[in-house]
Amino acid sequence: MDGWTSAARGEVAWRQVFRFYCGLVFVFLVLPIAVIVPLSFNAGSFLTFPMPGLSLRWYEDFFTSPKWLAAVYNSFGIGAATTVLATTLGTTAAIGLMRLKPRARSVLGAVILAPLIVPVVITGVGVYFLYAPLRLTNNYIGLVLAHTVLAIPFVVLTVSASLHNVDGSLLRAAASLGASPVVAFRRVMLPMILPGVVSGAVFAFATSFDEIVMGLFLAGPTQRTLPIQMFNGVREEISPTITAAATLLVLLSIALLVTIEMLRRRSERFSAKARPS
Amino acid sequence: MAGALVAPLLLFLAVNFLLPIALMLFRSVDDPDVRAIMPQTTAALAMWDGRDLPPATVATLMIGELDAARGGADLSRAANRLNYDINGFRSLLLKTARNLPAPGDGDALQALVAVDPRWGQTKTWAAIKRAAGPLTGFFLLGALDLKQSASGDIQSVGAERAIFVKVLGRTLWIGFWVTVLCLALGYPVAYLLATASSRIANLLMILVLLPFWTSLLVRTTAWVVLLQKDGPVNGLLHGIGLIDEPLRLIFNRVGVYVAITHVLLPFMILPLYSVMKGIGPTTMRAAVSLGAHPFLAFARVYLPQTVPGITAGTLLVFISALGYYVTPALIGGADDQMLSTFIAFYTNETTNWGMAGALGGILLVITALLYAVYGRLAGRAGPGWA
Repeated sequence: MDGWTSAARGEVAWRQVFRFYCGLVFVFLVLPIAVIVPLSFNAGSFLTFPMPGLSLRWYEDFFTSPKWLAAVYNSFGIGAATTVLATTLGTTAAIGLMRLKPRARSVLGAVILAPLIVPVVITGVGVYFLYAPLRLTNNYIGLVLAHTVLAIPFVVLTVSASLHNVDGSLLRAAASLGASPVVAFRRVMLPMILPGVVSGAVFAFATSFDEIVMGLFLAGPTQRTLPIQMFNGVREEISPTITAAATLLVLLSIALLVTIEMLRRRSERFSAKARPS
Repeated sequence: MAGALVAPLLLFLAVNFLLPIALMLFRSVDDPDVRAIMPQTTAALAMWDGRDLPPATVATLMIGELDAARGGADLSRAANRLNYDINGFRSLLLKTARNLPAPGDGDALQALVAVDPRWGQTKTWAAIKRAAGPLTGFFLLGALDLKQSASGDIQSVGAERAIFVKVLGRTLWIGFWVTVLCLALGYPVAYLLATASSRIANLLMILVLLPFWTSLLVRTTAWVVLLQKDGPVNGLLHGIGLIDEPLRLIFNRVGVYVAITHVLLPFMILPLYSVMKGIGPTTMRAAVSLGAHPFLAFARVYLPQTVPGITAGTLLVFISALGYYVTPALIGGADDQMLSTFIAFYTNETTNWGMAGALGGILLVITALLYAVYGRLAGRAGPGWA
């Protein structure tokens, strides 16, 4: 009896150690965000605690600096163009891939996913070698093309996953009722895979928005995106304006994360409805 | 029909992804610059055995060809290429081209030595022979700290020029420790997420996904702020009396480990979590009810079932860590830079594209090999996405 209780007590102690350890890991995970966000409201100019007071001066600095504003425009512009290109190419390809024979599908799938695995620095160097003589460096088009390479795998993955849930008999039913393939796609398939397509588009935008290595190779002074501007800022001298930029980027990440999560729930509900078991 | 839908994407990737990588690999063996200005000299040097100085006829050929190339951009390119091999060769070649001895004025080789005594050394001529092209092993050997001597055998470049094997070793070493740290931090958290009630697990999952979605630059910047000399981490440690002097946490290896581990930790937690989620609690309970100590039950029953997740997570983290560039550039010191930094350096700063291509080729081969292992192991565990 005594041995049993001491074993149980030992187990409780272990459970507490385990929870404490996990707690520390969670602190580690959120620490950077938890520190940089409050510092962006610092009234002083040093990035240390305790803060002398609160102010919005670094946000004012951010929104009145031509450099940071140019970076915001560049990031959104390049991100939007990348999203359109990657989503169009990726969605069409995912639909085509689904209809290929398994062997061809796995070979082509490996090629399409490769940009995810090859270190970006390698793709960056290769693209630089190709684009430099074509005058596509220091050029928006070059950056959009390079970002699209990196964004495509995410679009193909998310759209393929949503196609997986599409009930093929619905398409056959549409065809047997006389719908042309284009109409069947637009009226039957697209609504079903739309959450996947939008998720892919969000991933593509996030990839472009966060991309830095290609940017360091390809962008000239006029194409500086937010990550490049932050990179240069950290390299030279960290000014508190960077913390304001970082906080705004965290807000954007939260918005994207929430969007993806809502889409995932929506498509889960949808496929549960489409296929009652 | 299906092919026509996939074709635009494949064409796009062929031009903007496969072709660039092929181009990079080709750069690592391409060596046209010296051959372009002295085709006859390099052809004659191919016959030279590399033991004594080459015959005067070679020197005569070179004087003629340097005369023809004088002042052009091609000469400058060739001089740069030779300078990659021997420091100072650029100025030697340009100086020689400016002060060429008159043709037919006695022994041409002696005339060159009179311009600069380095023409009287075999290693000068060996460098030209190595750069004869059109294809070369110079950059790939150089990426492994090796070179080919004039007589053809492969030798070390010498201690003062040998850096890349060290950098490669450092890259693998940093990758190894980041992987170990991610596993040590990620495994318990994944276990907690997989076994907690779904309400709590969903909340805690946000703490994993939020940093995962946050921009890499934001997180790196935050670590620079956190780890600086009078930053919050040092402040906290000082405040609770653990240290008297601020610790040096940034521009060294500590900062690199902390920041890369932070970025890659979700890549360890998520595959572990998805494997653990599929393991029912019943097997562990059965083992315990049969009298196994909880630790023994964990080690013998639970742990083996999570091996696919461990394999996927560790390989994913290790492969990603090898290619890191931005984080070491901002948080590391000079001795913490990884292979990617040197690839970028040779591309942007010195435009030694051959060396960039060779180092990139090595990183690509290592990544491909590891990914093949990953595919083998993951394929055994279950079907992939396709």
